[in-house]
Amino acid sequence: MLLEIKDLRVKAEGKEILKGLTLSVPTGQVHAIMGPNGSGKSTLARALSGHPGYEVTSGEVRYNGQDLLAMAPEERATAGVFMAFQYPVEIPGVNNSYFLKAALNAKRKAQGQPELDAVEFLQLIKSRAKLLEMDQAMLGRAVNEGFSGGEKKRNEIFQMAVLEPRLAILDETDSGLDIDALKIVSTGVNALRSPDRAMLVVTHYQRLLNYIVPDVVHVLTDGRIVRSGGKELALELEDKGYGWLDAAPAGARA
Amino acid sequence: MSTAVAERQSAYAAAFEAFRREPAFGADAVQQHREQALKRFLAGGFPTTRDEEWRFTNVAPIGETVFGRAAAATPDQRAIEPLLFAGMSCQIVVVNGRVSKALSTLEALPAGVTVDGVAAAAADLRATLAPSDGRNDAFVDLNRAFFEDAVHISVAPNTVVDRPFHVVSIAVGNSKPQMLLPRLFVHIGEGAQASLVESYGGVGEGATLTSAVTSLTLAPNAVLHHVKLQQESASAFHIARIDAKLSRASTFASTAITLGGRISRNDIFATLDGEGAECTLNGIYVADGDTLTDTHTTIDHAKAHCPSHEVYKGILGGKARAVFNGKIIVRQDAQKTNAKQTNKALLLSDEAQINTKPQLEIFADDVKCTHGAAIGQLDEDAMFYLRARGISEMDARNLLIHAFAGEVLDGIKADVVRERAMWLIEEKLKLEHSL
Repeated sequence: MLLEIKDLRVKAEGKEILKGLTLSVPTGQVHAIMGPNGSGKSTLARALSGHPGYEVTSGEVRYNGQDLLAMAPEERATAGVFMAFQYPVEIPGVNNSYFLKAALNAKRKAQGQPELDAVEFLQLIKSRAKLLEMDQAMLGRAVNEGFSGGEKKRNEIFQMAVLEPRLAILDETDSGLDIDALKIVSTGVNALRSPDRAMLVVTHYQRLLNYIVPDVVHVLTDGRIVRSGGKELALELEDKGYGWLDAAPAGARA
Repeated sequence: MSTAVAERQSAYAAAFEAFRREPAFGADAVQQHREQALKRFLAGGFPTTRDEEWRFTNVAPIGETVFGRAAAATPDQRAIEPLLFAGMSCQIVVVNGRVSKALSTLEALPAGVTVDGVAAAAADLRATLAPSDGRNDAFVDLNRAFFEDAVHISVAPNTVVDRPFHVVSIAVGNSKPQMLLPRLFVHIGEGAQASLVESYGGVGEGATLTSAVTSLTLAPNAVLHHVKLQQESASAFHIARIDAKLSRASTFASTAITLGGRISRNDIFATLDGEGAECTLNGIYVADGDTLTDTHTTIDHAKAHCPSHEVYKGILGGKARAVFNGKIIVRQDAQKTNAKQTNKALLLSDEAQINTKPQLEIFADDVKCTHGAAIGQLDEDAMFYLRARGISEMDARNLLIHAFAGEVLDGIKADVVRERAMWLIEEKLKLEHSL
């Protein structure tokens, strides 16, 4: 298992959001986390990336055999965990490609690889920019500054394509995207599917899963996984909503 | 007046009488200029926090010390090397308030440029004789009374000088408290373009008070890029007054970088005295430890159709305190003024503090004036975003501080100056160097 979460409890602003969440994602698979608003989807994504605003009160998370919760956010990142932010942050004055080079070289350094020189780096980002149909001019701008909602999300997946994580967590990457942008982002994500990589796709809507087809769908309500199933489960949710799950037995809990 | 104050004042009066016997004291207009200034200085004394313009800046530590006239000194060429810049059109080295011919490079002056001393400045001295509107100008008066030398740069009409002039004032400390009184005049002729770097640094230990006075005049259509770089020691006192007078359609762009001094203060006045003149006042101050840095700017829109832009930023650590006061005056005739002012400060410790105040005095009715201030810590969301991409906490912090300062420094045209300024800021904040 690449990612194993056991009985995870997380508080945000003093309130318990995750109430004993258990989940496993093997390498090579794409798992979707679906659930109604306030169920704890984004809390899960942020807690896994080490956001200081989320306090883990109990439980265990093992990533590639390591204790993920003991690692600083940057250690998680350099070990191959990547979270595509729901709300990417604007950083005025920090050049996009400079930032990305610093991030990539931090990771390479942590993994004992030599840093990329300017030419190698440029070749890499050019090929990845093409994949995401990114305007080259965006690379020279400050990180996310003045980007539209769609451009920001595309920039997240572009960063993911450059950093090549082992575990990618996509936090509502589809929110705020029009259908064309959604297709481009999905193409980028699908190009990164690989037997060496796992993805956790957090979404409120089934729509995204038409483009990024998951191996497993988990339903999260009130801080716990209440049901897991194949990709059909997403369609069922689209059809019936989340209400019927409350009455259903929790036997399918992963 | 307390006895202690009276004693200090009589010390300055005695120093003045001793100075009178030296050739540098001068005669006629210069002599008059000095005598009147001393009279005002002795009558008024140093400002206190009861003076509105000095409310948050207590200069008592300056008043408690008697600073004597700085001794002539000849610092080692190698010791001053870090204070110089390569690629300048001339380098004028002022040591303890006196121009050092030996250390200056003046031979390759571009055509149309003249550099002189006190004699050429006599007319300018007369023009700056009158005290300004009842303010406490004790530090300016101290300079007027005791300055030892002056630098006078003049650029002939329609001359374009690519490389900057560099005037560097160096304080050479010794066992006694010394005062340095650099005086700089720069005239940019009609349609001429030039850039000026004035910098202030020190070598050796010892208490020094620098009270610098800089007068810049821009004829119609002239362009002047100005950088002031202050990197004096943490025990130095630095008080500076800069006046820029802009004629019709002239352009003045200034970047003031303040890095040193136990107490430092910049008073920058820009008078937009002709239609279509454009003024940019930018600056950054970096302070830590137990130091105080104060920036007072005044942009006086005297005529119509003048834009002004102002961005000042501060980075404060330790127990440092900063004051920013940005005054914008829009006179009755100055219709269609467009003035924009921003002050931002980054507080890197809990004990650092800043007093910031925009001060708009608007007497015209068809104008656009905006101002804003933002004080805070490093953006936590940005910090997390960078760390979530694998960048260490320290590197993330460096990157954000660097970006914060970069916005101001990007306005400096000369690469060597901009890069040095960034290097010095990084050094001061113990950041990793980006170059």
